[in-house]
Amino acid sequence: MNIWMNFFIDSLAFGATFIYGSTGEILTEKAGHLNLGIPGVMCMGGAGGCLMLNLIGQSGLPGFLIVILGILGSFAAAMLCGLIYSFLTVSLRANQNVTGLALTTFGAGLTRVLMKKADPVVYLVGPKQLYRFPFADRTDSLQLLGVLWFLAVAVAILASWVLFRTRTGLNLRAVGESPATADAVGINVTRYKYLATMIGSGIAGLGGFFYIIDYMASQEAYLSVEAFGWLSIALVIFALWRPHLTILGSTVFGLLFSCSSYIANIPGVQVTMAAKPILKMLPYLVTILVLIVTSIRNKRENQPPASLGLSYFREER
Amino acid sequence: MEKKLALSMRGITKRFGPVIANHHVDLDVYHGEILAILGENGCGKTTLMNMISGIYFPDEGQIFMDGKEVVIRSPRDAFEHKIGMIHQHFKLVDLFTAAQNIILGLEEENRYNLKEVNARVGEIADRYGFHLNPETKVYDMSVSEKQTVEIIKVLYRGADILILDEPTAVLTPQEIDRLFAVLKKMKADGKAIIIITHKLNEVLEVSDRVAILRKGEHVATVNTAETNESQLTEMMVGKKVVLKIDRSDPVNPTPRLFVKNLNLYDSEGVQVLKDVSFTANGGEILGIAGIAGSGQRELLESISGLQPLKSGEIIFHNPKKDKPVTFFHKSLKRVMELDREHAFHDPEGKEISFEGMSRKAIREMVNSGKVLFKEDDVINLRDKDPLEIRQLGVHLSFVPEDRLGMGLVGNMDITDNMMLRSYRKGHAGFLDRKKPRTQAEQIIEELQVSTPGTATPVRRLSGGNVQKVLVGREIAYTPKVLMAAYPVRGLDINSSYTIYNLLTRQKENGVAVIFVGEDLDVLLALCDRIMVINGGRITGTVDARSATKEEIGLMMTRTESRETGEGGKARA
Amino acid sequence: MRNGKKKETREPLIHLTRRDTMHPAKAWGIRGIAVLLGLLVCGLAAFLLVEKLQQNPGRIGEFYYTFIKGSFATQRKTWKFFKDLAILLSIALALTPAFRMRFWNTGAEGQTLMGVWGAIAVAFYGGGKMPEGVLLVLMFLASVLCGAIWGGIPALFKAKWNTNETLFTLMMNYVASYLVAYFLVVWVPSGSSNLGKLKYGKLPSFGHDYLVIILVALVLTAALYIYLEYSKHGYEINVVGESVRTARYVGIGVGKVIIRTMILSGALCGLAGYLIAAGLDQTITTESVGGQGFTAIMVCWLAKFNPIGMVLTSGLITLLDHGAAQISQDFSVAADFPDVVVGIILFFIIGSEFFINFQLHFRGHEKEGIK
Repeated sequence: MNIWMNFFIDSLAFGATFIYGSTGEILTEKAGHLNLGIPGVMCMGGAGGCLMLNLIGQSGLPGFLIVILGILGSFAAAMLCGLIYSFLTVSLRANQNVTGLALTTFGAGLTRVLMKKADPVVYLVGPKQLYRFPFADRTDSLQLLGVLWFLAVAVAILASWVLFRTRTGLNLRAVGESPATADAVGINVTRYKYLATMIGSGIAGLGGFFYIIDYMASQEAYLSVEAFGWLSIALVIFALWRPHLTILGSTVFGLLFSCSSYIANIPGVQVTMAAKPILKMLPYLVTILVLIVTSIRNKRENQPPASLGLSYFREER
Repeated sequence: MEKKLALSMRGITKRFGPVIANHHVDLDVYHGEILAILGENGCGKTTLMNMISGIYFPDEGQIFMDGKEVVIRSPRDAFEHKIGMIHQHFKLVDLFTAAQNIILGLEEENRYNLKEVNARVGEIADRYGFHLNPETKVYDMSVSEKQTVEIIKVLYRGADILILDEPTAVLTPQEIDRLFAVLKKMKADGKAIIIITHKLNEVLEVSDRVAILRKGEHVATVNTAETNESQLTEMMVGKKVVLKIDRSDPVNPTPRLFVKNLNLYDSEGVQVLKDVSFTANGGEILGIAGIAGSGQRELLESISGLQPLKSGEIIFHNPKKDKPVTFFHKSLKRVMELDREHAFHDPEGKEISFEGMSRKAIREMVNSGKVLFKEDDVINLRDKDPLEIRQLGVHLSFVPEDRLGMGLVGNMDITDNMMLRSYRKGHAGFLDRKKPRTQAEQIIEELQVSTPGTATPVRRLSGGNVQKVLVGREIAYTPKVLMAAYPVRGLDINSSYTIYNLLTRQKENGVAVIFVGEDLDVLLALCDRIMVINGGRITGTVDARSATKEEIGLMMTRTESRETGEGGKARA
Repeated sequence: MRNGKKKETREPLIHLTRRDTMHPAKAWGIRGIAVLLGLLVCGLAAFLLVEKLQQNPGRIGEFYYTFIKGSFATQRKTWKFFKDLAILLSIALALTPAFRMRFWNTGAEGQTLMGVWGAIAVAFYGGGKMPEGVLLVLMFLASVLCGAIWGGIPALFKAKWNTNETLFTLMMNYVASYLVAYFLVVWVPSGSSNLGKLKYGKLPSFGHDYLVIILVALVLTAALYIYLEYSKHGYEINVVGESVRTARYVGIGVGKVIIRTMILSGALCGLAGYLIAAGLDQTITTESVGGQGFTAIMVCWLAKFNPIGMVLTSGLITLLDHGAAQISQDFSVAADFPDVVVGIILFFIIGSEFFINFQLHFRGHEKEGIK
């Protein structure tokens, strides 16, 4: 495999972190909730999966079961964070930005406390190979396209299908656009908000898990998950609130982010060390650009959900 | 008559805090009839209906259907009992198509087939005579189309009882005709239809029975065929309406505001004002009549500098030749500016120049009353924002229709709301709250605003008191032109009279008052001249002392061409 | 459920209404209870996470005592407490004008970091080439300017095209962070990105190194309170925040106010950055602000955008942070334990606002009360 191909597939793989994060956040935002706790949720997703593997990593269970239980552990831990967020913002109608930030503080902190208790030999060394199925034997970047990567692509496409092709999706989008309207036609606004936020959080959590267990496969990896949480929120804007577009967007983000480590190896390309931070800045600049362009074009379909950030109270007079 | 009972309410009571919105209301609705619920603004019509549609839950009372008690806790419960309500403020998702809105919230197979939905929508539309393209997005629709979507939405759900809240408020006359035709077809189809309204002519035209509510209580239900307008009015307001507005004859009306050929387009490119021209005189109340959303709001906003005009002129004329300058109306800075434009002369006709004089000397000279204006003020207000208009020394007051969303800040106290117009006064960067507080106290006393004090947030006051604060502030600005949009909407009779008297006082002081109203009786009793606006166009101006309601009503509803009826989007 | 036949109505189990107002004392009481409950849950969390506590549950008393100890055990700690409070307070104050205008500035982190950067850039290039006093003034101007620019850009787009400010300012944080990373590469030839303490551009210490910072924060609190409550600008900010339509109606240039206020907000963040750069660190890393820009959002919100209240809320957060840090030391838990504690307490305070803003009516209860 030549260096270009290697680089491309690496970026593609890396992108799965963001696909999970952004798809999860999109579901939440479509219910009208801007969850700034996603970075914390992704950390907790990573921690949840790793702790589960810490329990079963050397238990001798069949490989596929270990893979599934790890995923469930990750999903469940992240979903619990989503539950905290939903309870505060949906039931108690708390300010979403503040709650989200508190959740990020809490989730990132707790993850670091918990991960210090886990043994990388148990949760990482063995299971890593299982998660890298079917390309576990490769030595190039193709090995990174494992179970969780394929799942990410499937989840994004499925999320788009649900959002734009089913009644559930239609109702969910109505909740995010105009909860009063949804309420008036008998949609259970609270239930939709809870479910979207919790499932969204669970999905986002898998992003953290993928990054730790597959993409980086290192015991220090959990320290950088938080930063990718913020990038996932950026990707939501970049993908114009469409989950399937996160596949494309995440690859672009992945290219920009990982090219700094490849660029030095590419023959004929001369870059200084200083170019690295600039390259890493690009995803954010591009996101800002997208945000500006969509606001100038003002096309209704590309705007954030109309009630994003507002809590709903039926008897508001 | 062998009509089947659809729903009955017994002893329904609903309170909002200390306010009783409905008090022990009993009501029956039958299949195959149109029941009108009639009452003044704020009498509890909508609240009552919200309790059958699951928006509110009654504090007391029962609802029966088919002889059994039913509990309607949510809109979903209402749908299950085949009750559907079309709210006055449409509840649609702008971003969705008509079809998507119609199937929203239905519990059917999760994958929906838009073709089937479209076909079913088409079928319903054909049966009752609607026109609707199911693929149109709601943000591209006119108000009438949105209403159609709402009606089909409840029919699609199989509703047998339809409640329409003020369905005609925003429709053009043709659209109203079409709506009534549809309603009659539905009635023939055996549906029970309830329309909430405060318009008598519509009640008489379309309903079979009328239930009258007054101050939250059910006064009576009568058969439409056995009643007439005056009887209904009497039941609605409790006594025969004899409007006792003290109308004085205009003294020496002088042209104050010339509006010439205004053309205005809204943000979506629809023309909302078409070649509007008129003159408002000082010492006179000019009424503006028209169906809601005919361009009244846009007209007043254009004059006050809040709308970007396509073309036209707004000339403010202030006859002040040979009148002395005072600091009451002009700041020292403005006086000095005018001086540089050679605007003043002394009683002998010699030009005055302040050049080289100290501020103190200028003040003294102005206060001696010997500085007179050379010319009348003629100022074009076009393309000026409210601040610029103000800085030009044009005293233009505007009581907007949206009191708490535009005229006042709900969360601020009365004093801070007083300052909205005047906070810039004074040189320092800091606020002076003393004068506004005095002003607030004055208004509270003079207009009998019931409030715990000047530090009460305006949002906690009742509607009438909110309006008194707003009108009080606008009058305290000593306007030359005073514009008021629906200033008595939602107010009780006493507060309404306070407002009428205030406007009349202003007129007697030589102010040009422009009054946008909805009640023709009031317009006829209060104004000197009435101008009628219809679809953004002025269709006539009449003398209020000699005109009749019918005459005005005709001008309000007369349509010139199909084009305005179909394509012109009425504004909500 | 079924035996309610005789009753006239069956209400939903819990019925909510929005409260008009609550007596401030009662509201603070509720918040106090929330903090206590939060501390209780922190204790429970500690049993799960802290091994030393599991081995010896009797040390729980010591656990709580350590919260206070972390901030006030020694004179040095007390000074550090007030220093950290002052920095957090400065950033929270900087956010206040924007929040009062309902401009959700989530970019304090970046605006402050740019403030640090401005000062350090001036010190880096100008240090030693001019008198220290001049250098400090130039650093100050650079900080304020950088913060103002970073705050002003999103405002410009908000005013012109209504571009979503929450997301825009959020993204600007990372642009700032990588910009700093870029300059660290440029400035540090070794490639370690470790700039080290600069020799120039240190604020004079009057008695104690932290005193200047604390005084600046106090003056800023008073100044901002006066600005918001008693100045014409403050009044305009409130009107725009409450209703853009009302602002237009009385002739307030909404766009102008948004841009002006965000430049002020950014400039104040820049000032906080100056305090960090010239008063404390004399160096810069991408972590110079260390998330305080985000914590400040919570501080500001918890105080209901009231500058005086922010002294208390930033004090509370700092107290928790230091206390929990002390716990991680004394009980040898991971250094990130403070985040967990702060998170839990915040959840409780955030949740408690519900009981201040809303009233719960349970089915049945009310009825008997009336009869």
